[in-house]
Amino acid sequence: MQFIKTRFNYLFNSTKGLILVAIAMVGIVTAVWGMLSGPMAEMGVREIVVKALGMKIVQAEREGRIVILYHSIAMAIIAIETYMVTGLIKMKAFFKTAINATITFGYILTMVFGMGFAYFGRNWAFHGLYITGLSLIFFAGLMLIVALWPWDKEYFITDKEYAHTKSGLDLERTAFFATAVTTVISSLFGAVPGSYYGHGFETFLAENIIRIPEKTVMEFSVIGHLHIMLALIGIMITLIIGRWLNFKGILHKFAMPLMILGTIVLNLGVWGVVTPLEPVAHMVIYVGATPSMFAALLLLIWDWNKLIKDGTANIQKPTFGQKIGALLRDPLKFGPTWQMLFMNFTTSGIGIFMAIKLDEIFRVWPAREERIELTGHWHVLSAIIATIILLYFGDMNGFKGKLRQWYGWSIIIFSDIAFGAVTVFEMKRLFVTEAAQQPLVNGLMYAIDFGLGMLLVILAAMMIYRLVDLFKNKGRWIEELDHELAQEVDK
Amino acid sequence: MKRLILTLCLCAALLASCSPVDLNAPIPAFDTGIDPNTWAQVPAGEFHHGQFDEIASTEAYEIMVTDVTAAQYADFLNTALADGSVKMDGEKIVGFYPGDKFHGIKHEEKIEAGDWLFIPLDDPSQRIKFDGSTFSVQSGYENHPMTNVTWFGAWGYCKYFETRLPTELEWEKAARGTDERPFPWGDEIQRGNANFYSSRDPFEDMSTFGSRTSPVGFYNGQTYDGFQTVDSASPYGLYDMAGNVWQWTGDVYEGMHYRFLRGGSKDTYDMDLRIWVRNNATPTYFSPGVGFRCVRD
Repeated sequence: MQFIKTRFNYLFNSTKGLILVAIAMVGIVTAVWGMLSGPMAEMGVREIVVKALGMKIVQAEREGRIVILYHSIAMAIIAIETYMVTGLIKMKAFFKTAINATITFGYILTMVFGMGFAYFGRNWAFHGLYITGLSLIFFAGLMLIVALWPWDKEYFITDKEYAHTKSGLDLERTAFFATAVTTVISSLFGAVPGSYYGHGFETFLAENIIRIPEKTVMEFSVIGHLHIMLALIGIMITLIIGRWLNFKGILHKFAMPLMILGTIVLNLGVWGVVTPLEPVAHMVIYVGATPSMFAALLLLIWDWNKLIKDGTANIQKPTFGQKIGALLRDPLKFGPTWQMLFMNFTTSGIGIFMAIKLDEIFRVWPAREERIELTGHWHVLSAIIATIILLYFGDMNGFKGKLRQWYGWSIIIFSDIAFGAVTVFEMKRLFVTEAAQQPLVNGLMYAIDFGLGMLLVILAAMMIYRLVDLFKNKGRWIEELDHELAQEVDK
Repeated sequence: MKRLILTLCLCAALLASCSPVDLNAPIPAFDTGIDPNTWAQVPAGEFHHGQFDEIASTEAYEIMVTDVTAAQYADFLNTALADGSVKMDGEKIVGFYPGDKFHGIKHEEKIEAGDWLFIPLDDPSQRIKFDGSTFSVQSGYENHPMTNVTWFGAWGYCKYFETRLPTELEWEKAARGTDERPFPWGDEIQRGNANFYSSRDPFEDMSTFGSRTSPVGFYNGQTYDGFQTVDSASPYGLYDMAGNVWQWTGDVYEGMHYRFLRGGSKDTYDMDLRIWVRNNATPTYFSPGVGFRCVRD
């Protein structure tokens, strides 16, 4: 009994244990439900999985199932980010415990009963528990806002290395706070239409109505919600990575105000979509996204500069090759910001190109082609965020030496192969006709499946390693029990 | 050595991805026994429309049991070119369309009265051939659906025979009947029901040219060279209302120039074969995965 109690205590009462559980949950859902679509469906794997697990697949409920699947995964990711925030940012112990406990209970309810409702028969009690889970996560968000309150004098700072106001208001903490506040408000833009379900609002996937000129307020609300929530998850992970790497100095002082401004303006733009200001909302969104992305660029510049400086500290006049070597020396520290840069080739850049050439190119193609671009675009963005979390988690695991190199570079290379191939797949109509596309599609599919498959293998290997570790009396989990993320912030 | 093998494998995969597709690869010929000149009657009345089963209704109409075939379209072009209903414009067949009312809505484009593209003749995957005087069909594709036809080309064909393209509601009712089924034949889809992406029918080879159209009415319960199909007619006896080719519908909506397509195709996953799924494209769009059928009042 003591054996179980101590492990349970680690898994559900320590930051790293909680993160481990959430990653495992996402990994399981991704591995199982990934077998229901794409090449797995083509190969007949879907039928086997559906039968083996006793899933009840009703054709008319597909869109609803997918909405619940996305929410289940997203809530676990939000929980992971919340654990990271409570582990990195100073707050009262009570809040940390209350937030972590509430969000853990919330995302597990959401995931277990949401997926149970969606895929294993429409049990409405399950649906109620799924909504309860989402409500708990919302409540945890409210507590996080209170816990992060930046105007509490206790959290004022005077260190000149970090962005703060003259009075001492910590601008990094304020950026975390702004992101938390806007996330909680933005969640309502999904919750309100959801509460009208069956009473003037029906399930839809945004990519399927993209070309319909007249959309209802509820539809605009959902479209705004899904866009901003993913953007906010991206902003939060950028802040988290910055804190972990101990982002500071002059660039920090520029970046944090930009991050706060960008987050607020971006949200105002998205919220404006459901108001009469809808025609100008997109312009406000662009205005808001620019400072946020520029702040992320400043983090990247700072991080790469630091990696190079640290790696060449013992060399009087480092050559270009030595600088590159230093930059690439630690994939877990280089990887997160590299993935942020890579995102510009696979999502941001593509998004801007699509926006510029929308009527000229993309709206000439059938809607189903445009759907491929849209879904590919945000699947890649979500997956890039997941890889950044995995890279940080690798560091939390204390990977050193060759293991650190193999783990880090494998995640970077395999994911970038997959994401690069997805990007080419999205854009394939620019250079190949439907009739002639099959060899290219096959090649890209091999690359995508290989990259994503290898990522899942790495994740599975890590989970097995952690599972085995849990059976050890003096395993790594003992060290992690009382070890907080704030203690591991770069000096 | 290991690195060399890995590099060679990657190079081989890349080269395979760039290999050209033989668009004229031999295609098996089957007589399905379904006459493309037959029409089905759809009575007036209510039916369940859309994913959420809203009640809608139509007047009575007749609709083609199959998609318009390549042979039917070639015959049309021969007579229409002779009587001046269509014209040659270089490597294109064009015909007159009276235009749509323009509302100036965001992303809306003007469709003015004038000659518009019916079909291109220079597209490598076009199965209609022109020898300078007569249109004919590439051998083996005579009873396949007419593809690489724009909305104007579909509209023009139907109009020529004093018929029209079905509205989306008419199309949906013809596919679904009066119950709530997601597919024309019932609740579930198997590979023997329809021609969809990777459905392993005799016309596809996913390692080379990919998917191709199947003859109209192919999925009628017959066995073709060992490939067993399931009789997948809709409640009103229509074939290929799911899969094979997307079908143009006739609605012109206010504030948008897009035309809607229904039914999914050989290139889409089974989810797009569900009756309520909509696709749309500009009316000048053509593809080897898009065809049509007509209705008459």
